[in-house]
Amino acid sequence: MSQPAVSPVNQKRSNIASEPASTPKIAVRNLNFYYGNQQVLFDNNLDIMPYSVTAIIGPSGCGKSTHIRVYNRIFELYPEQRAEGEVLLDGVNILSRQTDVIELRRRIGMIFQKPTPFPMSIFENVAYGLRLHYRLRSGEIAARVEDALKAVGLWDEVKDRLDAPAVSLSGGQQQRLCIARALAVEPEILLMDEPTSAIDPAGTARIEALVTSLKNSITIVIVTHNMQQAARISDYTAFFYEGRIVEFGPTTRVFTNPVEKATEDYITGRFG
Amino acid sequence: MSTVLQRELEKLKRAILAQCAAVQSQVRNAITAVARRDESLAVKVIQSDAEIDAKEVEIEEECLKLIALHQPVASDLRFIITALKINNDLERIGDLAVNIAERSVSLCRENEKVVHSSPVDLTRMVETTRLMLENSIKSLVNLDTELAKKVRLLDDEVDEENRKMFRTVIREAQKHPEILPCLMSMLSVSRYLERIADLASNIAEDVIYLVHGEIVRHRSSG
Repeated sequence: MSQPAVSPVNQKRSNIASEPASTPKIAVRNLNFYYGNQQVLFDNNLDIMPYSVTAIIGPSGCGKSTHIRVYNRIFELYPEQRAEGEVLLDGVNILSRQTDVIELRRRIGMIFQKPTPFPMSIFENVAYGLRLHYRLRSGEIAARVEDALKAVGLWDEVKDRLDAPAVSLSGGQQQRLCIARALAVEPEILLMDEPTSAIDPAGTARIEALVTSLKNSITIVIVTHNMQQAARISDYTAFFYEGRIVEFGPTTRVFTNPVEKATEDYITGRFG
Repeated sequence: MSTVLQRELEKLKRAILAQCAAVQSQVRNAITAVARRDESLAVKVIQSDAEIDAKEVEIEEECLKLIALHQPVASDLRFIITALKINNDLERIGDLAVNIAERSVSLCRENEKVVHSSPVDLTRMVETTRLMLENSIKSLVNLDTELAKKVRLLDDEVDEENRKMFRTVIREAQKHPEILPCLMSMLSVSRYLERIADLASNIAEDVIYLVHGEIVRHRSSG
C-alpha cells in the first residue's frame, strides 16, 4: 500500500511533507470552512488515496462531516456556508466555478447516517439515479439495477419483490439499498457519513464487509464514531479535533502507536 | 467504559509486578541454594513453582478478557500485549529457577570435597544475570527505556561467560574425570542462567515496545 503524500501530523506544518508515492484521488489543500462568520475547519490538508478506505474520526462537532461535505459541494445547499482553499479531484479543483456540480455528485456519491430511501419501490430507488444521469433503455436500466443490488448483496433478498416500497426493508437493507443507488451511477468515490450508526450489529457487519470489497473498484471515505469500525475497515485514519486534522496516517499505526497525545487520548477513550 | 478499562489495567499492572517479585525471589533462592548447598531452600523453590504457574494462567486469562471486552487500542493495547509476553517470560524464568534448584539438589548430594575442588566459578555470571533481571523489572516499573537498553547490552556478556564455562568444563573434565557429574551440573546451571538473561533481555525489549511502539527484537543491542 502506498503512503499518502501529506502527513498532516500537525496542521501548523501545512505543506506537503514528501513526494507522493502514488497520486491521491483527492488532495485537500488549505481548506477553511465557515458557517456564516464562524470558522469550523482550519487549514485542512489531506490526501485521499485511490482504492483505499480512509476513516475520519474525532469527537462530535470536530468538523468531520463538514469536511467530507465539501468534497461533493452539498454544503452549497445552505447559502450561509462557504469553503476556502482547494479540493483537487484528480488534480482539478472541484471548488472552482467551472465545476459541473451534478456530474461531481455522480462521481462522488454520499451515504448518510440514516438510510434515505426515496418514497418509491425498491427498483425505482436504484433506477432513479440512472435515469437522472444516463439515457438508457429499460432493459439496460433493469440490468444495471440488478448489478447494483448484487454488488451490495441485496439482490437475493429483494429480487422477488422489487416493486415493494423501499421503506418496507429493514434498516440495514435500506442502507444497502442507498449504497446500491449510489453505486448504480458508477461513482469513483463514496463518502459515508456514519453509515452504520443507526444499523443493528448484523446489518453493520454486512455493510463493513461491503465497504472492504468495494475498495477494489472505488475510493471510500468514511466518517465514524465507532473506533473499532475505523480500525477494522480503513487503510488510513485521520483524527480531527476542533476543526483541525491532528493526525493522519496508516490505520495500523494510528491505532497501535499514535504520534499525537490527543489522538492517543481520544482513541483510548480518555476524552471525547 | 474507559474508566472501567483503566481500573482493570491498574489491576493487571499490580498482578504483573507481584509476579515479577515472586519470580525474582525464586531466582534469588535458587542461586543461594547452589552457592550454599542448601537443599531445603532448593526444595522450597521447586515447591513454590506451582504458585507461579497458577498466577501465570490467571494473568493470561485477565489479558484475554480485557482484549475481548474492551478492544483496547494504542498504549492500552501495547500494555496488554506486553503484559501477556512478560507474563510468559516470567513463568519461564520461574521454571529455570526450578531447574537451577534441581541441579543444586544433586550438587548437595555430591561429595562435599569434590564440589569444593571444582574450579568452576559462576559468581560473575550470577551477578550479571541477577542485575539484568532486576533492571529489566525496574525498567518495566518506571517505563525506563534507557535502562532497558542497558539490560540488552549486558546479554552479550552473559553469553560470553556461558561459552567460557563450556570451555572450562571440557578442560576440567579431561583433567579430573572423577568430578564429571559435578561439572555437568555446574554447566547446566550456567546454561540456565544464560537463558534467564535472555528472558530478562526479552522483558527489556517488551518495555521498549510498550513505551515507543517499536519492536527492537532481533536487532543488535549496540
